[in-house]
Parts: sequence; C-alpha cells; structure tokens
Amino acid sequence: MKVLITSTGNTANANFDLRFGRAGWYCIYDTEDASTSFIENENKDRQGGAGTKAAEQVAALGVKKVISGDFGPKAKDLLNQFSIQMVILQKQDTTVQDVIDQLKK
Amino acid sequence: MTNSKKMSFKIAIASGKGGTGKTTVSVNLSNLLNRNRYNTLLADCDVEEPNSALFFSEKQEMEPKECFQKIPEIDSEKCTFCGKCAEYCEFNAISIIKNLKYQKVHSDLCHSCGACSVVCKHGAIKEIDHPIGSIQHYRIKDDLNVVEGRLKIGSAMQTMLINQVKEFIDNKAEILVFDAPPGTSCPMVETVADADFVVLVTEPTPFGLYDLKLAVDVVKQLGVPFGVFVNKAGLGTDKMYEYLKAEEIMLLGEVPFDRNYASKYAEGKLLDTKESSMDSYYEYLVDEIKRRLN
Repeated sequence: MKVLITSTGNTANANFDLRFGRAGWYCIYDTEDASTSFIENENKDRQGGAGTKAAEQVAALGVKKVISGDFGPKAKDLLNQFSIQMVILQKQDTTVQDVIDQLKK
Repeated sequence: MTNSKKMSFKIAIASGKGGTGKTTVSVNLSNLLNRNRYNTLLADCDVEEPNSALFFSEKQEMEPKECFQKIPEIDSEKCTFCGKCAEYCEFNAISIIKNLKYQKVHSDLCHSCGACSVVCKHGAIKEIDHPIGSIQHYRIKDDLNVVEGRLKIGSAMQTMLINQVKEFIDNKAEILVFDAPPGTSCPMVETVADADFVVLVTEPTPFGLYDLKLAVDVVKQLGVPFGVFVNKAGLGTDKMYEYLKAEEIMLLGEVPFDRNYASKYAEGKLLDTKESSMDSYYEYLVDEIKRRLN
C-alpha cells in the first residue's frame, strides 16, 4: 500500500511538513517493499486551490493513506470521495523517517 | 448611452484603512452636490457591507436586479478527461484525474474567465448562471439616486459585482459618487480605476497614515487625479500633514472629531445634523469638484 507523507525536503531525514496543499515535497512510502520516493509539490505557491491540486495528485498516484498536519475542506472532500484515509499528525519536530518508523510498528 | 456615460463625472471615495469615514463623506457629498443642483447618483460599491442607503430616510425602493456569474459544468459523456480545461484554469477551479476518469468543478474557486470553455475541443463544457448578489436602486428624489451592490453571503465575487453595478448605472446623472470598499485590493481598484477624481478619506492616526500611503501608491499607479480628505481631525499626530506636505498632496478638507457626530452616524442620522455646521467642512471639496467639472 502506498502512503503519502508531507515533507519539507527530498530525503527521509527532512522534517515532516505540517501543511498538505502547501508542503514542499511529498514522500511516497510503499509498505510492500519499504521503498521511498519523493515528488516536489509544484503547486505549493499557487494563489488558491493548492489543496485540491494536492488531493488530485494523491488520487492519481493510487495512494491509500495520507499523513499530514491537517487538511483543508476542499482537499478533505476530494480525499473522502476516493476513500483515501487521512491521518492528522500534529508534530512539528519530527522527520519523515520517524513517521515511517512509526508506520512500521 | 455610451455618450451619456462619458458625460457623467465620476468621483470615487476610497481609503486604505477601514472606518475612516468613506460612507460619511460619500453621503454628505452626494447630498451637498444635489443641493448644489447637480443630478447626483451615489453608487455603494462596498458590496460586502453596503450601508450608504441607510442614511436616506425617505426613499423609494425599486425592484432589485439579481446578478450572476458563469460557472462551467462538465458533461461526463462528452469529456475525454484530457485535462486541458484544468491546465488552463488559473484558479485551480477544475479537478480532472485522467486515470480515474474523474472531473469536478470547484465553483467557489471559479472566477468565470471562460478559458475552460474556449480550450475544450469536445464541447463538454457548458456555462451555467450562478447567483452572486443583487443590485438595489433607491430613488431619493428625481435628481438624487442611490444604487448599491449587495454581495450574496458566501460569494467571493466582489469585483465582478462592482463591475455589474457600474454597468447598471444608466446614466442621467451629472455626477456619480462611488463609495469604495476599504483596502487596496481588487474591489477597491475596480471602483477607483476609471474615476475622474479620487477622494482618499483618512484619519490623522498612525494607522490612517500607514494605509493612506498604500492607497496613494495605488491611485498614483492607476494615474487617477486625487486628493486627501482628513476625517476625525484633532486625533492622533501631525505626521499626516507632514506627509501630505512632503508629497505635495492636495488637502481637500477636514472634519474635526466629534463624539456627538459619531453617535448621530450610529443612529443613521448623518443627514439630519444641522446643515450649515457640516457644510462648511465640504466647501473646498465641492469647489474643487466644480473646478474639475468645468
């Protein structure tokens, strides 16, 4: 299963990003083979609709679970529509690797 | 119609800061111009909170005009999910997910620019009218009218509604007074951009001065002639006057701060105050307008 974790950078050592639509990067973690890949968020500086664009991207990628600090109403609607689980993690000083480690437990 | 529109002289009453007295000045000025025998129309462009009309106790209310914006609707039968519409949408108002054959229009993000329907090669987009608010016309006298835009709660289409208010004015009036919304963003720009003269209302406080500078920057960039009207004079500091002098900005008048006057405003009785006492503060402004009319 693919899990998306919002990240401030393009490595697992980067800090977790509390923002969903305006996160710097997206880490795709695959629970099957424990692989990670990073995608830059091209829509992070958009005036509006960054959340919906992010949710579209998540759906298109076939991700089943998203971990971020919070989700806006429009992003929530879209993610719900595709039955993608949203996990809210309100933890500022944590790395993407820490989040992955927690998932493994 | 076009010719008569050109003939009306347009004055926009704006400010950077909110609560400086745009409506007070708009209402008093419109009333005073009308008493000077000018056919005057006051257009309340503060569409999120129009209140100019409240100050005219005797008025005839006309049938309101409903206002709409066009929002696309995508026909799933015709749509190929190519994503061109979403790609051209500057406001991210369309979601297309090709591999999931999913399409959705986010109406609250749509600005009705029409780019999606131009770019769709499959005729899958139809534009549907959505209400954004209404325009209310009040007839005060034969030669004094008030028109206000009233934005529908939840709509973010202030600028579009202001534009429709301007279109609505037919114009027999010699002078149009536009009561602008506060701030210096799109709705304010839409209101002042095509004015013949802008009156920036401010108060001599640090907040008033800070926001006035922003408003001055905007009207200078727009190239519209303007002057400053100081309300609540006597409050704050002299910095406002130092700034106006240094920048060589025309001071159009001052109204001293008065608690009683503020409570009259709160009761909606702006125009019931003794005419002679208020009129003197607007003399210079009215003269300036007369100069510009000739």
